[in-house]
Amino acid sequence: MATGNRSQSAQGLTLIAPPLSYALLVMAAPLLTILAYSFLKDGYLTVIREFTLENYRAVWSDPIVRTIMLRSLSVAALVTLVTVVLAFPVAYFLSFVVAPGRKAMWLFLITIPFWTSYLIRVFLWKVILGYNGVVNSGLKTLGVIEQPLGFLLYNVNSMVITLAHAYAPFAILPIFIALEKIDRSLLEAGRDLGESRAMTFWRVTLPLAMPGVVAAALIVFIPTIGDYVTPALIGGGKIPMIANMIQSQMLDLDNRPLGSALAVTAMLIVAVLSLIFVALNRRFLKVRQ
Amino acid sequence: MTTPSSSTAAHRARTAAARPMIEIKGVHKHYGDYHALRGIDLTIRAGEFFSLLGPSGCGKTTLLRTIAGFEDFADGVVLIDGQDMDGVAANSRPTNMVFQSYAIFPHLSVAENVGFGLRRDPRSKAEKAAAIEEALEMVGLKGYGKRAAHALSGGQRQRVALARALILKPKVLLLDEPLSALDRKMREQMQVELIKLQRQVGITFVLVTHDQEEALVMSDRIAVMFEGQIAQMDGPEALYARPTSRRVANFIGVMNFLPARILAETASGVEVEVPGLGRVEIPAANISQKDAGDEGPSVGFRPEAVSLVSASQPGQSRVTPGVIDEVVYYGDMTYYDVRLDGSASFDGKARPVRIAMRNVFGRDVQDVGTRANVSWSPGSLVLFR
Repeated sequence: MATGNRSQSAQGLTLIAPPLSYALLVMAAPLLTILAYSFLKDGYLTVIREFTLENYRAVWSDPIVRTIMLRSLSVAALVTLVTVVLAFPVAYFLSFVVAPGRKAMWLFLITIPFWTSYLIRVFLWKVILGYNGVVNSGLKTLGVIEQPLGFLLYNVNSMVITLAHAYAPFAILPIFIALEKIDRSLLEAGRDLGESRAMTFWRVTLPLAMPGVVAAALIVFIPTIGDYVTPALIGGGKIPMIANMIQSQMLDLDNRPLGSALAVTAMLIVAVLSLIFVALNRRFLKVRQ
Repeated sequence: MTTPSSSTAAHRARTAAARPMIEIKGVHKHYGDYHALRGIDLTIRAGEFFSLLGPSGCGKTTLLRTIAGFEDFADGVVLIDGQDMDGVAANSRPTNMVFQSYAIFPHLSVAENVGFGLRRDPRSKAEKAAAIEEALEMVGLKGYGKRAAHALSGGQRQRVALARALILKPKVLLLDEPLSALDRKMREQMQVELIKLQRQVGITFVLVTHDQEEALVMSDRIAVMFEGQIAQMDGPEALYARPTSRRVANFIGVMNFLPARILAETASGVEVEVPGLGRVEIPAANISQKDAGDEGPSVGFRPEAVSLVSASQPGQSRVTPGVIDEVVYYGDMTYYDVRLDGSASFDGKARPVRIAMRNVFGRDVQDVGTRANVSWSPGSLVLFR
């Protein structure tokens, strides 16, 4: 038995070896480099190979870093909230209203936005919300406004709209799967035991869909914290998020150690928040086995 | 709570005279082009243990769900305790259901499952907890309240589902194939427990099952359904002994059929000629309808209504000789297929009849090819004409 297990696990390792080594090469190696840089001294355009904690001290005491980090977190939280709240009804519709034979087609339709690149989708929102954009010219033609509205673009709201749209399918899919897994007789049981449709949703459907909701939140939250393109294009560079700050430290100011310390700090914060999500999800998942 | 009576006969006599609890009149149900229920008329009395029995697709579950309020239907009326259920949603009906899958909420504990329907109950928290504990005790799960529902076995889930429904003291408890997921031993145990429980709480039980044995064991009355219609509605003994059609006879247990030629109508029944059995007078009570597909009239009898005897046995039953064609030994029982002498006299076709014999001590199992005497009495024959 023991030898059988060993050869089986050896077989497994052989199978995953190519992607594993690739992942190590393109993920672990750069990460370790960044981690190493963050403890080195900046020698203005060069990096001095000398251990220091000065970068972290600078990052953690800088009020600008704190402001931008908090902005990143709050924008990501807002985007997550908006995305999940908008995705839930779509997922619910897909799971409970769409006929079983048509679900595949609907899922296919939901993935259509992915046919174009992320950059183009973000840019399209700029076209829609811009000073001479679709919304403004439309309203002008209709005679609702005389001057174009200036508050549509280059603010947090426009960033939230753009990101919520970009990440919608990522939120719809896990919630849809969680809803699909719910045994429909549980909902009938809820009704049979005297609860209305709304109360059955609240007491049965929603708790059982929570693993999907938490997964969706995690999937949307993590990448949006580090989003770079949307603040640059939709925010117009006036409201930078943490990724934009790391970029400017690394490339514009050429302070790689400080940029690395910023990146590691951001990663740590995301890691802690993710762990909280995972712990939450484990609580929900425990009941599903 | 009514005082439980140990006598099944007394219970049946009482429920037969009780007020109607469920009245179904002319209910039709369509799924698209499919006609699932074709004019159901049914009265179930208060305190009855009633079963809907039939093969899959006969509409029995649809009928149960119609009573529960999960299905709309085209025409007809459903009354529960005299009240028209038209427009009354499932959550407002005085019925509760034990689902085939049990539908135990996986995110709740056993106690939370049982107490699910008590949300709007005005009682205090402590009183509700006591009621939950009492319900759990009733189904033999005392002390299980804190357990997670997903950690329960199939039999335990079933009990939780029962407790969850019964705690609400419904007028009618609906059970959708509740025992089909259990293994044989557990199923037999639960059958007995369900009967006891039903007598104890005095609630009307409506059971859906495809298992004829289950229906015979538990029910006061059974409605046998085929293709969206009720074929026969009777007590278990009547249903088994005097099925009103060959189809019902075939669905419930095994029945031997022999062609019959009708000779004369008599004052007390019908005189027929049956190949192998000769001239027999069938009592009027044992005369049933033949089905549309049957060739002609036939007589039927159950394998255990006849027996193999030694040649000279006195008594009022009649004896027909024959040859043993096949022997199937089951341990407690032996099944013999016997070709009766003269059974092919109508059309030359041999029609062996099945005979079930209990293997009591001192009786040897007979061998294939030996001659045997079959003892039978006219009262155990049913004529399908």
